[in-house]
Amino acid sequence: MHEHDVIVVGAGGAGLRAAIAAQEEGADVALVSKLHPVRSHTGAAEGGINAALRDGDSWEDHAYDTMKGSDFLGDAPAIETLCQDSPEETMQLEHWGMAFSRDDDGRVSQRPFGGLSFPRTTYAGAETGHHLLHTMYEQVVKRGIRVYDEHYVMNLAVTDHDDPEDRECYGCVAYDIKTGQINGFVANTGVVIATGGPGQMYDHTTNAVANTGDGAAMAYRAGVPLEDMEFVQFHPTTLPSTGVLITEGVRGEGGILYNSEGERFMFERGYANNAGELASRDVVARAELTEVNAGRGFEDDYVLLDMRHLGEERIIDRLENIVHLSEDFEGVDPLKEPMRVKPGQHYEMGGIETDENGATCIDGLFAAGECACVSVHGANRLGGNALPELIVFGARAGRHAAKRERAEAKIETGPSAKTEDGVVESPVTLGEAGIGDEDVAADGGALLDAPAGEVVERAVERERARVETLMERDGVNHAEIRSDLQQSMTANVNVFRNEDGLKQALRDIRQARERYQNVAVSDPSRTFNTDLIHTIETRNLIDLAEALTLGALARNEFRGAHWRQEFQERLDDEWLKHTMVAWNGGRPELYYTDTILEGENKTYEPKERSY
Amino acid sequence: MSTQIQKQEEEQAADEADAEAQSAQQQRRMERKRDRAESTERQREESAPRFGGRETRTLKVFRYDPEVEGKMEPRFDEFTVPFRQGMTVLDALMYSRDHYDSSLTFRHSCRQAICGSDALFINGRQRLGCKTQLSDLADPVRIEPLPHQEVVKDLVVDMQHFYDQMDAVEPYFQSEDVPDGLEEQRQTRENREKIKMSTRCIWCGACMSSCNIAAGNNEYLGPAAINKAYRFAMDDREEEELKQHRLEILEQEQGVWRCQTQFSCTEVCPKDIPLTEHIQELKREAVKNNLKFW
Ligand SMILES: Cc1cc2nc3c(=O)[nH]c(=O)nc-3n(C[C@H](O)[C@H](O)[C@H](O)COP(=O)(O)OP(=O)(O)OC[C@H]3O[C@@H](n4cnc5c(N)ncnc54)[C@H](O)[C@@H]3O)c2cc1C
Ligand code: SF4
Ligand code: FES
Repeated sequence: MHEHDVIVVGAGGAGLRAAIAAQEEGADVALVSKLHPVRSHTGAAEGGINAALRDGDSWEDHAYDTMKGSDFLGDAPAIETLCQDSPEETMQLEHWGMAFSRDDDGRVSQRPFGGLSFPRTTYAGAETGHHLLHTMYEQVVKRGIRVYDEHYVMNLAVTDHDDPEDRECYGCVAYDIKTGQINGFVANTGVVIATGGPGQMYDHTTNAVANTGDGAAMAYRAGVPLEDMEFVQFHPTTLPSTGVLITEGVRGEGGILYNSEGERFMFERGYANNAGELASRDVVARAELTEVNAGRGFEDDYVLLDMRHLGEERIIDRLENIVHLSEDFEGVDPLKEPMRVKPGQHYEMGGIETDENGATCIDGLFAAGECACVSVHGANRLGGNALPELIVFGARAGRHAAKRERAEAKIETGPSAKTEDGVVESPVTLGEAGIGDEDVAADGGALLDAPAGEVVERAVERERARVETLMERDGVNHAEIRSDLQQSMTANVNVFRNEDGLKQALRDIRQARERYQNVAVSDPSRTFNTDLIHTIETRNLIDLAEALTLGALARNEFRGAHWRQEFQERLDDEWLKHTMVAWNGGRPELYYTDTILEGENKTYEPKERSY
Repeated sequence: MSTQIQKQEEEQAADEADAEAQSAQQQRRMERKRDRAESTERQREESAPRFGGRETRTLKVFRYDPEVEGKMEPRFDEFTVPFRQGMTVLDALMYSRDHYDSSLTFRHSCRQAICGSDALFINGRQRLGCKTQLSDLADPVRIEPLPHQEVVKDLVVDMQHFYDQMDAVEPYFQSEDVPDGLEEQRQTRENREKIKMSTRCIWCGACMSSCNIAAGNNEYLGPAAINKAYRFAMDDREEEELKQHRLEILEQEQGVWRCQTQFSCTEVCPKDIPLTEHIQELKREAVKNNLKFW
């Protein structure tokens, strides 16, 4: 058993920032991460960090752009916090030595990005995330913060109260990947989940193989609702063969999209008469697929992105990494030919419901980063808004987890924020499959009102038993289940959605659940058992996919990234609300809470989004 | 006095080695480019559809597990995987694991040469699995764990030593003298350019594994850690005193002077970081630094 004040689960941008902030509050902090911190997927971020730093720009403008980008589904208090804290947090990185790209006067450079009314995206070449991740990890080393790397967190240790709002989180259980030991981690003041996105739900994604949504699934089963999961961002420019991302920075610098008829379709086909290629991501992704579906793509699969006219010097200065990516992974030299691009799963706007301090409805449990939904991205995230989210809300979550006392939050969370029940007809039974699955209330949960140590110990026992079962029995390999799930999600819950497809996905997810009843780990070794880890991850993907698809089926409107064939309008009267899916006794329960449009100085009025 | 002469000689030697290094380095890069162009050409010719059946590739993969009977004795397993153009070594490993043997163990995550977790010894050379096209390799493809590191299981090696060496150079920005609030430290474009390549390291460990000197001497800081120190020593945002401090670390017995300019690190670095050049430059700095305070 390990004991610390704050346990941060996950060591990407959000986790590292949380750990540093908690340590600055005087807490004894530990980072527990399945990957060594520098291997986290934040390292893959390319484009940049939005921060209103310059004269002529303001946090208010940044907030407005973000609200508009979100298709008015963001919460104003969260968005305003993001935009107010971002400049300082960004400068903090500079003060920690981050290698930002520079202007002639030695200041950090900024560039235009989709959906932004000011060039406020601060960047380090086309490898911003790599620099951000390493810079923060350096600070973690400098401060001597304890890192348990290659420790896979399997579950949270949460009390068993009926009402999730009465539950408390005392720590978590982790598998030491190198030795195979399953250990408890007690957190004296708080656990921060920062485990990143669930991109592996899809088979064409920009996300790393490790992005399996573990933290969100664990929090969900412990009783925290998942918010707005149906809003999945598909990035318009990924390489067709691998899903490797070509940053929006290419379009920011002036890159042009063409169809097979040589048309600059964003303008010529009227998708975005003003912003063209720089319209927001949902708009561009749909435009590309519409072109491909109309037979104006290449090989029925992709369109072209051309940046040759920018000139070699500018490309090398600002986008060099893109040249390597396109060459290494697609065999195309973008200095000589246009790149092939198509939309790919990129970012999960939804996640663990938190307030603007990273707190969830379970006491002692916090979340930040892509796994969380404080509701800054709403129905569509603007490029360059995730990295500031990591540092702004990572820092806040860390600070609050260390102190425990909660500053009054404006965003209400948990079942008591419910304003409306959700109604949706599912073609299959949802939730736990089979009988005799004892971990229902708070999966991994423990004794009511027991001391922290006991709660964690019981969670450890459960996990040991689970692993024992998985390793000892014979059965199906998780890889088959995972791959079928990914294919169904890509086929049915992609950029374009309709009722039949969504229902089909729910059937496929049900089938995955049933097959998962017999899943087995065939590698008998305790040492570095990745088979075991992938098996547990697969369960997490199934739970999240179900919540996502359920929310998508229920949302009978077209908003941001959520396009519905049958509903081609944004219905503000009915749908200015957040989708919540809560794990209630082993079944997903759907309900809604209101979107908060009242900001500090003004109320954001929903307007039609045009670019 | 004699030490001074020695220092001067070392400086001269360092300079010469450096000049040589640079042209050799350039040549190597050119060669690599040419090879690549040739192989792309070959692929184009070969990828014309073949008559009958699917093409396959064979992997010979190193296996070892300290706990599992039958795997305690290291051996090679063969996997045949269906081949398509664009497939990487990592794709082939994942295919083998998902279709043949789910206990096959290797690290990987990003699939795009940025997380640094899948450096392997592929056909006798350190490379990233995800960045290596199968079509660039002779068949069968032999895949082993990185040499000179302890094998934990199958293709997974213990990286602790690598991390320790990284930590040893105090790899973090240390300037206390930063502007207030929203003011940034100014940095010239030239200075950023100077450190740019050194900041690209993804901690894959390929360089350390390829280095003969590091292999024979566990204490040697090694190319990655020295490059990390370079990244800070050359960053003008840190004050001169700190630079001195960093050079002192590098000048120690197990620092830059151990490097024998063999270029193996530079050759394998998947991020094309001119490691040997950076080490040479630090040698020069170290010498200058000492002379100044003589
Ligand atoms: C290719 C790409 C490019 C992007 N470019 C940009 C950009 O330019 N600008 C921008 O703003 N955003 C960008 N984004 C989005 C942004 O990078 C991500 O949303 C963000 O990095 C996520 O950070 P995170 O800290 O939440 O998670 P991650 O960086 O994914 O870290 C997750 C951490 O959790 C750990 N973990 C996961 N599961 C477990 C478990 N069970 N137990 C223990 N540890 C666990 C992992 O080891 C890892 O350390 C990009 C995203 C991608 C994929
Ligand atoms: S210097 Fe290059 S080879 Fe060495 S660890 Fe860094 S990226 Fe890998
Ligand atoms: S998988 Fe990340 S570097 Fe290869």
